[in-house]
Amino acid sequence: MKRQQTQKLAIAVITGAAALVVIPIVLVILYIVVQGIGALSWEFLTARPRNGMTEGGIMPAILGTLILTLGTAIVCLPLAIGAAIYLAEYAKDNRLTRWVRLAIVNLAGIPSIVYGLFGLGAFVLFLQFGTSILAGSLTLGIMTLPVVISTAEEAILSVPQEFRLVSQSLGATRWQTIRHQVLPHAMPGIITGIILGLSRAAGETAPILFTVAAFYLPSLPSSVSDQTMALPYHLYVITTQVPGMPLSVQYGTALVLLLLVLSLTLVATVIRTRMRRRRDW
Amino acid sequence: MDPKIAVQNVFFTYGDGTEALRNVSLDIAPFQIFVLFGPARAGKTTLLRLFNRLSDLIENTTVQGQVLVSGRDVFERSTDVIDLRRRIGMVFAVPTPLPGTIRENLTYGLRMAGVRSRDELERRVERSLTQAALWDEAKDRLSRPASALSGGQKQRLCIARSLALEPEVLILDNPTSGLDPLSTAMVEESLHDLKQRYTIIMVPHSVQQAARVATRAAFMLDGEIVEVGDADQIFGQPLVKQTEDYVTGRFG
Amino acid sequence: MANLTEFARERYAQAALRARPASIWLRRGWSETLIELLIRLSGLSTIAIVGLIFLFLVREGLPTFLDIPLRQLFSGRWYPIEGLYGLWPLLVGSLVVTAGAIIIAVPLGLTTAIYLGEIAPPWQREILKPLVEVLAGIPSIVLGFLGWVTLAPIIQGLGAPTGLTALTGSLILAYMALPAIISISEDALYAVPKEYRDGALAIGATQWQTIWRVVLPAARSGLAMAVMLGIGRAIGETMAVMMVTGNAAFVPDLGLDMPLSPVRTMTATIAAEMGEVAQGSLHYSVLFGIGIVLFVVTFTINLIAGRLVGSVVRRRGGQL
Repeated sequence: MKRQQTQKLAIAVITGAAALVVIPIVLVILYIVVQGIGALSWEFLTARPRNGMTEGGIMPAILGTLILTLGTAIVCLPLAIGAAIYLAEYAKDNRLTRWVRLAIVNLAGIPSIVYGLFGLGAFVLFLQFGTSILAGSLTLGIMTLPVVISTAEEAILSVPQEFRLVSQSLGATRWQTIRHQVLPHAMPGIITGIILGLSRAAGETAPILFTVAAFYLPSLPSSVSDQTMALPYHLYVITTQVPGMPLSVQYGTALVLLLLVLSLTLVATVIRTRMRRRRDW
Repeated sequence: MDPKIAVQNVFFTYGDGTEALRNVSLDIAPFQIFVLFGPARAGKTTLLRLFNRLSDLIENTTVQGQVLVSGRDVFERSTDVIDLRRRIGMVFAVPTPLPGTIRENLTYGLRMAGVRSRDELERRVERSLTQAALWDEAKDRLSRPASALSGGQKQRLCIARSLALEPEVLILDNPTSGLDPLSTAMVEESLHDLKQRYTIIMVPHSVQQAARVATRAAFMLDGEIVEVGDADQIFGQPLVKQTEDYVTGRFG
Repeated sequence: MANLTEFARERYAQAALRARPASIWLRRGWSETLIELLIRLSGLSTIAIVGLIFLFLVREGLPTFLDIPLRQLFSGRWYPIEGLYGLWPLLVGSLVVTAGAIIIAVPLGLTTAIYLGEIAPPWQREILKPLVEVLAGIPSIVLGFLGWVTLAPIIQGLGAPTGLTALTGSLILAYMALPAIISISEDALYAVPKEYRDGALAIGATQWQTIWRVVLPAARSGLAMAVMLGIGRAIGETMAVMMVTGNAAFVPDLGLDMPLSPVRTMTATIAAEMGEVAQGSLHYSVLFGIGIVLFVVTFTINLIAGRLVGSVVRRRGGQL
């Protein structure tokens, strides 16, 4: 009898705790949507800030974040996919491989602000790129590597071994096998990883603080050596650094950032679940 | 006649220390069906995968001795492994069509070898399908996904896929394991025609199948060859007690 | 004999195929070698990148440990304007906020993982798991912003002089660490063989007894890893913490109301002050020095977690 009561109590507590995790997530998103939706307008999305950023729109910040995300992709993708192929297809089970894996685990653990310091020391100052889109993209790109590498490797490993055996028994080289059999099947998983990684990068503030982000710019960036405004930093600035900022603008900016990042996450999740369902080999 | 494949004193060890082959020696003459049979884990698949060096795909293995294909040691430094695999076709136990159409499956090896001529590809598609006794069933659906074929058709497609490269040797590792009796009979029948043109090495599904198809046979046990001989002798009057026990079903 | 002529023709075709390998050779020869070289290089580059990150931190931050006496570094006064660089308040700040976050997040995360893995019906899992991923996807600045505008006033209502406190930071951080804790613990639970559960249930244990006595102990190294990575996440978090902890660089008094005092973490210090220091100054170096401390701490945590990963990975057949 007592055991049954313990069982009931335990399940209730566990369910309650799960609710305590899940409900705030829903509330947070709903709250930002409700508070921010009023600020959204065509002007808000397409105009430049006016009047000490308290009026007008946030277009330069949106554009900046898009540019930085693209830059991140350009820096991160070749290296990350190469490293994932290396780990999944080429790496032998030896000390060197363990070092590579350790390096990736540690890259994933390094705080984003430390990436910011690294970007400042290496790209802004040592390579003299200055505070620029180039320096910011490199910093974000390197920060994004571990996420993309791990998901891409997992996707590559999930391709059945038989395809590799068959392909090589038919005289295909190792690279041909990877190129024609492995990568096409791993592609949805790899894309999921890329989008997830980029959505993280798009929402990051700390790595761009000293490498690219500008408080306010009168004009849009015209080359990769220009600074740019960016949504996360803009939200930080208008929340904590500008007195008298209307709450609606703050919520509106938060909502735009949230929508941008979450829509990327959503796309990635959808691709992944569809891929899992469709796996029929 | 010189043997097509000669195995000389081969030892093979996996990374975990398992001795899969111990002092194996074999001569396989061309244009016959050579059957390797024995209980599970006797080393049959391991031996087969040495012939085309598919064993390379497993890490940390060690191999001693020689495997001569057409008189040349496959483990020699100068051996072109890719060329070797084109000369030795292999069919696996589970029919494994590559994702894609029937035609794409058949032409995969050729395309990877750099054959671009559409005429050449089409010619090879037709001939390999004919040889594998699949042409009539498949000729109208070459552009359909290979996964839509039945199990027996898939396996014949896999045979045809190997034949499209016009190999010298065809290795079949328990090719009828998942097939129904009718499909099995069709595969076996096509083998009889194929041995006119190819040297066939096969791990059979059962002793009965071995007896039906073999020209010569070798009985393997625990990584060693117990007995080699002509099919009539091996399945009729085996010389070694263990072979006799296995052939007559008294094994174990 | 028709067979034989056909046979001869086939051998000829075969020879022709083999006589044509120039293009094959070419492809294997250099472009494929090049591609494989690039693949290997990108794999190895990860090691180089970790090395470079450390190198540049040291390059800029070394003066911290050369020019400032250790005693001062561990003193309780962080007053860069007067040349006082005591890291103690920042270490304590990070520690307090992280500890608070872990105390909140670990029980919540583990129970949520148990709920998702052992109790929830499939349809709930289908909804809840993506929701947890959504939480992982919310940018830290957005959570920081919400903490600033909504959570801080609530905390102030609890009797703190200001809403920007260690507790506010811990709460925000806890939710940021939750997705990692949940997903890794869930993997760890998932890795426990089904036979264990069946065995326990078969001898009459309740579901809860099975979870408590069988599943959790069997998953402990994975759960430990979840906690380690949660700690790593929390220590390194910057923006949200900077916005909601009040940024007061002094050591809070030990006591019951310690969570309600404002603190300043290492990460927030770097983020807040780097913009205002002269490059090359001692203050600048010390900020990099804090970066070195963070790097070493997270590296160590990941090293320990990596050890645990090894055992989890082995159990799951090579895949995490």
